[in-house]
Amino acid sequence: MFYPIQLLADFLTYTILGIVPKTLLASAVNFFIFDTIKIFILLFVIIFVVSIIRSYLLPEKIRAILSRKNKYVGNVLASLLGIITPFCSCSAIPLFLGFVQAGVPLGTTFSFLIASPMINEVALVLLLGLFGWKIALIYITSGLVIAILSGIIIGKLKVENLVESFVYENSINGNIDLPSMTMKDRVNYAFDYTKDILKKVWLYVLIGIGIGAWIHGYLPADFLAQYAGSGKWYAVPLAVLVGIPLYSNAAGVIPLVSALTEKGVSMGTTLAFMMSVTALSLPEFMILKKVMKTKLILIFAGIVGVGIMFTGYLFNFILK
Amino acid sequence: MKIEVIGSGCKKCKALFELTKEVSSELGINDEVIYSNDINKIVAMGIMQSPVLAINDKPVLVSMLPDKKRLKDIISKNI
Repeated sequence: MFYPIQLLADFLTYTILGIVPKTLLASAVNFFIFDTIKIFILLFVIIFVVSIIRSYLLPEKIRAILSRKNKYVGNVLASLLGIITPFCSCSAIPLFLGFVQAGVPLGTTFSFLIASPMINEVALVLLLGLFGWKIALIYITSGLVIAILSGIIIGKLKVENLVESFVYENSINGNIDLPSMTMKDRVNYAFDYTKDILKKVWLYVLIGIGIGAWIHGYLPADFLAQYAGSGKWYAVPLAVLVGIPLYSNAAGVIPLVSALTEKGVSMGTTLAFMMSVTALSLPEFMILKKVMKTKLILIFAGIVGVGIMFTGYLFNFILK
Repeated sequence: MKIEVIGSGCKKCKALFELTKEVSSELGINDEVIYSNDINKIVAMGIMQSPVLAINDKPVLVSMLPDKKRLKDIISKNI
């Protein structure tokens, strides 16, 4: 599928730039050009398509669906719907308040809050482009399982008392009329949104691919296996911890991680790291403090963190 | 007429506020554009994303930073 891009990258590397093939420099430059073109095409196409789908399933509509479902179905649906909903930390509070005040159970709300940032289209594109569809599928499936189970567990814990009391003082009618959209509006929306995201991530992606290309060309294969191979028990928890503060750079982190994986970091550790980068984010925790007590944030981070580590160990074991 | 940008204080919210001010003065609207960071207002409108552009308390644009031309269209359609 990406063969024409490889031809183009070869042409640019060897003919236009005149770099001698089979050298370290050639390998790094070729890798950089190929990945950059591939990733940006994928980003554009997939974000655009997801945005069109999303224009039919805005969070406000999702809420109307979720407030009518029983809890287990609700957790599953919330997690699935979380995939297509973009997560921006500026919307975290209105999302949380909007769900809870419209009567969506807390556990269901958390399923959504976990799935939405963890399984996002930028991460998916990068996974698909750099690791292939199998790893992308494993990532989506384990992400969904973590979101569904964590939501169910939080629901069972009866932690409503750990939500700031003002949240429950208002209740709202979940059925509103949003400005209606024509197909042209939807295309405009999708186009604006795609542009918005690309503007936000392009530099990180380029830097990520750049460092990745350097690692690809210059570090020996298996260089990192001795530190972060599947035999090292501490690799997974370490990856999760390192991932927590990296949220805003998810777009740049994934190309980098892809190169690290090539040099011997095992796949489960890589998956755990990416999940931690996307799902556990320090800035999001700070924002959520406005609506819930620190203890609830810790419970939430703890449950998701354990889920991610389990996934990491599991795939280190399976994908040896 | 009341033109209001409601946001959580993020970069996108402020950018939308600035752009709305610019567009509304170009459209010859005399009323001042208001910026509010009262999230409860958004939630009470039934919306769950930020920022929101509301004209006379009716949301006309949600979670988007359109280009100037499109914002002009949206505002002139709703006044």
